[in-house]
Amino acid sequence: MKILVQREDFDCGAEIEAIARGNPKIGGVAAFVGLVRDANEGAAVRAMTLEHYPGMTEKAISAIVEEARGRWDVIDCTVIHRVGELVPTDRIVLVVVASGHRGDAFAACEFIMDYLKTRAPFWKKERTAEGARWVEARSSDDAAAERWREPESDAA
Amino acid sequence: MKLKVLYFASLREHLGTAGEEIELPAGVATVAALRSHLMQRGGAWRAALADGRLLRIAVNRDMANSAAAIRPGDEVAFFPPVTGG
Repeated sequence: MKILVQREDFDCGAEIEAIARGNPKIGGVAAFVGLVRDANEGAAVRAMTLEHYPGMTEKAISAIVEEARGRWDVIDCTVIHRVGELVPTDRIVLVVVASGHRGDAFAACEFIMDYLKTRAPFWKKERTAEGARWVEARSSDDAAAERWREPESDAA
Repeated sequence: MKLKVLYFASLREHLGTAGEEIELPAGVATVAALRSHLMQRGGAWRAALADGRLLRIAVNRDMANSAAAIRPGDEVAFFPPVTGG
């Protein structure tokens, strides 16, 4: 498991290659790449700054990955999230999940992204023509995370 | 007791500080009590910490709620809902 919070860009191909190589139990690798859009909430976005909580952010992502490992067959996983100044088309986040089969890889990858968006301490500040503004949390992200909640009867 | 309080993102900007070491009077033993204590400073403090719906809390780098106990040496963080990914 590899979890990184960094200012630098990352190489998606190299990360997928690194996770997929050398373990013949891996039957599928699912990857998600998040990018900076040029528009949000009706305004053109020129740039954004991503802030995080050093020490807690890494811990929160580790906990999310651990939960995914408990729920699906996750053989290996890489999560890289950038912080600092980013502009449209820049990569923000990469989640790569290797599993025995595609179903678990897809599900765990989506789960990690949904939980990351609602539980990992990152904050985006956008620069638009009208000035800088903090991005507000979306209820649609809460709803996306909520659908992974396990019924109480299954919790044991 | 003494503990460390951190503020992030819009909250940090509203308060004009990223964090502080704070000496709390006796009886301030939960996150909710700490928040009330900070709000007594008035001005930006009262305004920024007033709306609980827009406030998230971590104690020692784990998410926590208002009822969570705080102890000497703890690191308590206040921040708005997260927007990463």
